[in-house]
Amino acid sequence: MSEPARGAAAVPAGAPVGGLAGMPPLRSGAVRLADGEWHRLYWASPLLKGGFALIAILGFILANLRERLVDLFLPSSPGPGPGNGGAPGPGDGGDIVALVYDHGQTGIALLIIAGVLVLSIVAFSVAWRMHTFRISADAVQVRSGILFRHNRQARLDRIQGIHITRPFFARLFGAAKIELSVAGQDAKVDLAYLGSGQVDELRREILLRASGVQAQEAVAAVEAASTAPGLVNRRVHELLAPELDPDAAPPESVVKIPPLRLLGSLVLSEFTVFLLLVVAALILSSTWVHHALVLVLLLPSLLGSLGFYVRRFTKAARYSIAATPDGVRVGFGLLTTSNDTLPPGRIHALEVTQPILWRPFGWWMIRINRAGHASSHGSAGQHHTLLLPVGRASDVSTVLSLVLPGLGGAETRALVVGGLSASHGAGFADAPLRAVVLRPFSWRRTGYATTPDAVLLRSGFFWRRLMVVPLARLQSLHVAQGPVRRMLGLAALHFNTIAGPVRASLGVIDRGLAVSAFESLSAATVAAAAADGSHRWAAPASARPPHVVAAEAVAAHALAAEVAGGATGASGASGATGASGATGASGPIEATGTTETTDSAGRVEGPGGLHGAPLARVGRHA
Amino acid sequence: MRVSPKYVAVEISASIITGVILAAISVFFIVVVGWWFGWWMLGASIVIMIVLLVVAPRRARAIGYQLRADDLLLRRGIMFFRIVAVPYGRMQLIDVNRGPLARVLGLSDLKFVTAAATTAVSIPGLPEADADALRDRLVALAETRRTGL
Repeated sequence: MSEPARGAAAVPAGAPVGGLAGMPPLRSGAVRLADGEWHRLYWASPLLKGGFALIAILGFILANLRERLVDLFLPSSPGPGPGNGGAPGPGDGGDIVALVYDHGQTGIALLIIAGVLVLSIVAFSVAWRMHTFRISADAVQVRSGILFRHNRQARLDRIQGIHITRPFFARLFGAAKIELSVAGQDAKVDLAYLGSGQVDELRREILLRASGVQAQEAVAAVEAASTAPGLVNRRVHELLAPELDPDAAPPESVVKIPPLRLLGSLVLSEFTVFLLLVVAALILSSTWVHHALVLVLLLPSLLGSLGFYVRRFTKAARYSIAATPDGVRVGFGLLTTSNDTLPPGRIHALEVTQPILWRPFGWWMIRINRAGHASSHGSAGQHHTLLLPVGRASDVSTVLSLVLPGLGGAETRALVVGGLSASHGAGFADAPLRAVVLRPFSWRRTGYATTPDAVLLRSGFFWRRLMVVPLARLQSLHVAQGPVRRMLGLAALHFNTIAGPVRASLGVIDRGLAVSAFESLSAATVAAAAADGSHRWAAPASARPPHVVAAEAVAAHALAAEVAGGATGASGASGATGASGATGASGPIEATGTTETTDSAGRVEGPGGLHGAPLARVGRHA
Repeated sequence: MRVSPKYVAVEISASIITGVILAAISVFFIVVVGWWFGWWMLGASIVIMIVLLVVAPRRARAIGYQLRADDLLLRRGIMFFRIVAVPYGRMQLIDVNRGPLARVLGLSDLKFVTAAATTAVSIPGLPEADADALRDRLVALAETRRTGL
């Protein structure tokens, strides 16, 4: 309720530049929103955003006041009883006027309320008028605020996901909320609310522009569709656009979750175990505490947990996941529906887990790390990071091949299956026997495997986990070794990604293996990042931004030079850390073709004292 | 590449400060609260300080970095050894910090920030000119290898 507080007294003179057709282009959804002009939000958005609260508060105040009025009136006039219904509207006008004359203070209060009402309505409507957005060829821009103008612009190729929510109330009004998330704390562009039909079209439009397909033809298509010459032509286009659009129909979901399975997965969760423990403790304690007290404690907790189950169920119900040309679309929700479009290459890490209670049923859960929702924790962020609430192993591999197409091949599929349920081996480099000290149960399962564009980490005995980190998204990686692991000849390998529910790291791994993995993976990461163009996922290689191409060329050049001149770095003492066995360890990533960089990790210190020598070397190549 | 030998002084003073704080807490317990094990704490804090002082030069020497063709390698630590590889293209920003003591010694800390909070690449104890040059070099390298997030 900040809008009413601001007041509407000082409306800046600077009206929206692109004032565009005074009327909001809503209702029909025929006007294209992504035409580079300024648009307003849905007409009902002020109502949906804060109007209901305002009406509720006003109603509350008026109801209270009415009782007061009746109380005041009763002595003088035994007129209408307290049971008299009807809203305090024009009908009460005479009474109120009389009251203003009789009791000055009440009149003032009424005037204040009326003033607040008028002010807030004005403020809401002005705020709505001032809240405009524009979607141009490569950015989306939002302006809002009355006194404090706020202008936010987000580049389309940095969009990490498009989230469409249809809260229950908004659905009644045919409205929907669209959220374009970009990486960063609270970095999202919220368009709340838009027409329900428009939102889908807008998403398609934004993704089309973001994909880089646009170069010429998409823009041409959009131009042709939206600003076709001739008014009649345009009207026809506008009228027909939504119906003609084949993409508007949601594609069939590739994974189906029967409601019973969802229910089962919720019942068989850690929360249930916790709840049962609490209940058992309370019942046990009832032997020496009064029974009524236990009941008092028990009832709210049971009711609260019931609410938890219902909330989880309604959120995860009607799950759907499907591939669209512009990414994977995940839909959730029974009453408040939401769906999330993940453009390709926006998944930074992925984790398939199986709580021990789910094992008899063969159920798995998939969570992801993604930029843009790193900051939101709790239930709000949960359904952004939950890719698959519950599914069988076959569903898991379907989803995996959908979101990470690189995992679709036959041999990688075998790796995934091995990563899910094999107790050891199955293509994974496992931890040695001595790791049993640190991982008494899961040491046989703890291991990693690599595919040309991703690394798979397997761990967990009771809570089985398989983590997948696409190398093109890996921010950095590090090997750590404390005193205990030093004594055991082990090391820990950490893959640093965007923050999220997945923490991709390998707690125990043989030291030599860790170093060779570090070597090969750090080289593979660089290669994968250089080859990655998924921020413009549909753009052909030739149309990629010049700096990416340039970077690849530079990288290739530098690599070649490194092979030629790398001996200077490699001739250094092997280092006190004993990172031996790394030289020539070509690693499992042959396919990336970057295994030539065999600069050993143990030789970082190299020839000491030669400040600037490697620096200059790299500088020459760059 | 190693960091400046002068960085040992920073490490030593940091260890001394740690030791003094621990000792002060112990003394607080002895004098004000009057607990007997305050003496044990005092002894322990002195031992910790001595160990830290002995290790400080080696710790400073253990910090090393290398600019490879496409990524930055950094290693730190003796007891808790850690080696990080960060591709240049992952750079989000670079911080150069100067603490009071480091400023007296003409040293700077350089911090390489990526989108992952756990990367934690910071090179302490660089001579100021080197730090600035390295920062410019890293920014230039990152610019040529820029990729998506």
